[in-house]
Amino acid sequence: MTLVVVTVMPKRGVLDPQGQAVQGALSHMGFGDVADVRVGKRIELEIGGPDPAGQAAKMCDDLLANALIEDYSVEVPG
Amino acid sequence: MSATRVAVLRFPGTLDHESAATAVRAVGGDPFFTHHTDTELPDDTHAVVIPGGFSYGDHLRPGALASRTPIMNAVKRHAAGGGRVLGICNGFQILCESAMLPGVLRPNASLSFICRQGDLEVADAGTPWTGGRVVGERLSVPFKHHDGAWFGDPGESRVVLRYRGENPNGSVDKIAGISNLAGNVMGLMPHPEEACDPLLGSVDGRTLFAALLA
Repeated sequence: MTLVVVTVMPKRGVLDPQGQAVQGALSHMGFGDVADVRVGKRIELEIGGPDPAGQAAKMCDDLLANALIEDYSVEVPG
Repeated sequence: MSATRVAVLRFPGTLDHESAATAVRAVGGDPFFTHHTDTELPDDTHAVVIPGGFSYGDHLRPGALASRTPIMNAVKRHAAGGGRVLGICNGFQILCESAMLPGVLRPNASLSFICRQGDLEVADAGTPWTGGRVVGERLSVPFKHHDGAWFGDPGESRVVLRYRGENPNGSVDKIAGISNLAGNVMGLMPHPEEACDPLLGSVDGRTLFAALLA
């Protein structure tokens, strides 16, 4: 098995209301230096078989990310 | 002659299938429920409704998992043959996630769940979905959603319904409902199935259900 880490983030330029809400809260808490916050997700996949990174990229294209509003990256740590 | 058969899709987490079936009956149709693992629609299926709810708990993205189920391949074949499909709320999200309609539904700009009666207006009277209504005509229909902000290129669709007055959710161009360019697949965030009985204060939703039977 190979651990593959997929990161899915809202595209630059697409409004991220969750990120804005978090930034607002941080600002109220005194973290005024934060200029921008974007919230995405990390998906960990345990993949058997050949080319786990390639398989993960295909999964991103087919399901894990929506290309209209999200970018993804695939990493094989280790 | 028997009543026109309308499939009402059910996924784990679908909520509004009973209301949708009641609405189909209100306009004279004969609704029946399907299961998400079905691979075919019955031969006598005239039209399909994908009702609202939280299919698969909205996990990953609303509609993303339901759009990859076997029954959706059958719905795609139905639509490719010209059959009519109406997706409401989560059903609209499923149609977008399955690429049967363009765009995607994003969280409301307020990040709050909206639940209130609201007004729509007809933006394009040239599809079957608005019956004989004219552009600008008002429909009173409940809104209840958290991820209702449509995002995409309006030019890839026909904009059938817009929110009247203030934009409740940050949707591009105040879009409330769109159809595909062919006009046989329609999705909207508001709930016409809850506006089909005078007891609920509005019967404006019947227009969309009547279009399923034509």
